Amino acid sequence: MRVLKSFKRDYTLHLMLVPALLLVLVFSYYPMFGFVIAFEKFVAYKGFFHSKWVGFDNFRYIFKMPDFLPAFRNTAIIAILKIVGNLIVPIVIALLLNEVRQTFIKRGVQILVYLPHFLSWVILAGILKDILSPSGGIVNELITALGFKPIFFLGDNHWFRFTLIASDVWKEFGFNTIVYTAALTSINPSLYEAAVVDGASRWKQTLYITLPGIVPIIILLATISLGNVLNAGFDQVFNLYSPVTYSTGDILDTLVYRVGIVSAQYSVSTAIGLFKSIISFVLICASYGLAYRLANYRIF
Amino acid sequence: MIKSSLSRRTFLVCNLVFLTGLSLLCVLPILNVLAVSFSSAGAAAAGEVRFWPVDFNVKAYEVVMKEGKFFGAFGMSVERLLLGTLINMVLCVLTAYPLSKDSKRFPLRTAYAWIFVFTILFNGGLIPWYLAVKQTHLLDTIWALILPGAVNVFNIILMLNFFRGLPKELEESSLIDGAGHLKTLFLIFLPISLPSLATVTLFTMVGHWNSWFDGLMLMKSPDRYPLATYLQSIEIDLSTLRQLNLTDPDTARVVSNRTGRAAQIFMTALPILIVYPFLQKYFVSGLVMGSVKE
Repeated sequence: MRVLKSFKRDYTLHLMLVPALLLVLVFSYYPMFGFVIAFEKFVAYKGFFHSKWVGFDNFRYIFKMPDFLPAFRNTAIIAILKIVGNLIVPIVIALLLNEVRQTFIKRGVQILVYLPHFLSWVILAGILKDILSPSGGIVNELITALGFKPIFFLGDNHWFRFTLIASDVWKEFGFNTIVYTAALTSINPSLYEAAVVDGASRWKQTLYITLPGIVPIIILLATISLGNVLNAGFDQVFNLYSPVTYSTGDILDTLVYRVGIVSAQYSVSTAIGLFKSIISFVLICASYGLAYRLANYRIF
Repeated sequence: MIKSSLSRRTFLVCNLVFLTGLSLLCVLPILNVLAVSFSSAGAAAAGEVRFWPVDFNVKAYEVVMKEGKFFGAFGMSVERLLLGTLINMVLCVLTAYPLSKDSKRFPLRTAYAWIFVFTILFNGGLIPWYLAVKQTHLLDTIWALILPGAVNVFNIILMLNFFRGLPKELEESSLIDGAGHLKTLFLIFLPISLPSLATVTLFTMVGHWNSWFDGLMLMKSPDRYPLATYLQSIEIDLSTLRQLNLTDPDTARVVSNRTGRAAQIFMTALPILIVYPFLQKYFVSGLVMGSVKE
C-alpha cells in the first residue's frame, strides 16, 4: 500500500531511473544469463538458450587444459602481491608526506605522483617497453653503466612478475595515498598538542597517534581489496606479456581472451570466465560483509 | 617554538630528498620517451638519449601526422569523448538523484540500488557480453563505444553519496515551492554540486579517452578504432615501420620504429597531460566529498 502511494506521488523518481535500468538490463543482466553457454556446445546462430546442453563437459575440459592451472596460479600470485604492495607503499608515502611542512613541496610531490594513475596501460606499456628495452632502453643503460648485465624485464620469466607488480605499484601508489592523506588530516590536532606536552617525540607521536588514527581506513581498504584476489589486471598484462612470458604472466582474463576471441571457443572461454566470476563474487561478498562488520562500511 | 633536534632535521632532509626522487621517478619515464620522440633514430638506438633530445628533429611527428590513420583515430576518440561524457553524466545524475533519497521517502530505493550494485559484484564474462552487444547490432558504430559503458555504477555511488550530504531542507523547500523532482535536481542540486560534478566529469572524460579494449572488441574495421585502440594495435604489431610507411630514405635515416612509436605514445598522452593540471585541482576535494556518508 505504502509502495503504491509513493508510486503515485513520486513517479518522476521512478521515471528518472528508467534509462539507466534499461541499459543495465541489456548490457549487464542479459550477458549475465549468457553464462549458460558455459554448459552448452554453443553455436552462434542458435543463440544463448537453444544450443546443445552438455552439462559440465566444458569445465572438465578446462581443468585438463595445460594452460588453465598455471594461469589460475599466476592470477592469484600476481593479484595478491599487487594488493600487498598497493596497500603498504601508499601508507608509507602518505606518512612521509605528512611530515613535510612546506605546502608547496607537498603539493608539488602530490601533483607528480598522482600523474601515472591517469595514463592508460596502453600508453604506459608503450613507455615501459621503451625504457625497459635491453637494447638502448634507459633503465638497462643505467644498469650496464653500473657494471651489471642488462635485464630483459619483459622477456625473462624470472623478472616478468616482478615487473608487473612493480609497475602497477608505481602507477597507483600516488593516487592511493589520497585516502590516507585525507584520513591523516582528520586526526584531531589537540591529540598531538597533548602528546607534545607529555614529552612524546615525533616518532612516538607517529606510532601512538598517527598510525592508530588511520588504522580503521587501513583495515577497511585491506578488507575490500580481498575481492580483487583474482583481478591481476587484464589491461596491464595484455599489453605487456608475450608468448615467451606466458608461463609466469598468463592470467585467467588473458586466457579467456585468447581461448574465446583468438581461438573462437566460446563455450570453453565462458566456462573459464564463469569459474573466475563465481570465485570473485564469493570473495567480494565476503569482503563487503566483513567490511560492514568491522568498519560499519556500506556501499551506498 | 622549540628548536628541532639534529636527528629530526636529518630526517626531514632525507625525507625531502626521498620524496623528490620518488616524484621524479613518476615523470622521468615519460620525459625519456618524449626525448626519444624528438631524437634521431641513431641516437635512440645507441641509447644516448636521456631526458633531452639528441639531434633534435620533429621528423617522427611529421611522419605520424602524414599518416591518415592517426587523425582518423583521433577524431573517433574526440567524438566518443564528447558524446560519451554527455550521456554518462546525464545518466549519472538522473540515477543518483532518486537513489539518494531516504528509503522512508522512496521505499523502492534500496531495491533499485541493489539492481545497480549487483552489476559490479557479478558479470557474465567476456564472451556473453560480446555476444549481447553483437545482438543489439551496435557493432562497428560509435554507440558500441558509448552505450555498453554508459551506466557507471561507481560514479553513481560517488554522486549519490554527495547528494545525500546536502541539507534536506533544500529539497523540501523546493518541492513545497512547487518544483518537481526534475527541476529540483537541475536547478537546485546540480548548481551546488559543481565540485563533485566536475570530478566525475573529468574522470569520465579520462576514462573515455583511455579506454581501448571495447574498441578492439566492438569495432570490426581498424579504420574505426579510437586512438587508444589504434595505439594498442600498433604496439602489439611490431611492424610499425611498415605501417608508418617510411619509404623516403631521408626520413628513414632519422625516424625509426622506436622514435615513431614514441611520438605516437606522446601524442596519445598529450590531451591527458593538458587537462591534468585542471583535473588534479578538482579530484581530491571531489573524491573526499563524495565519500562522506551519513
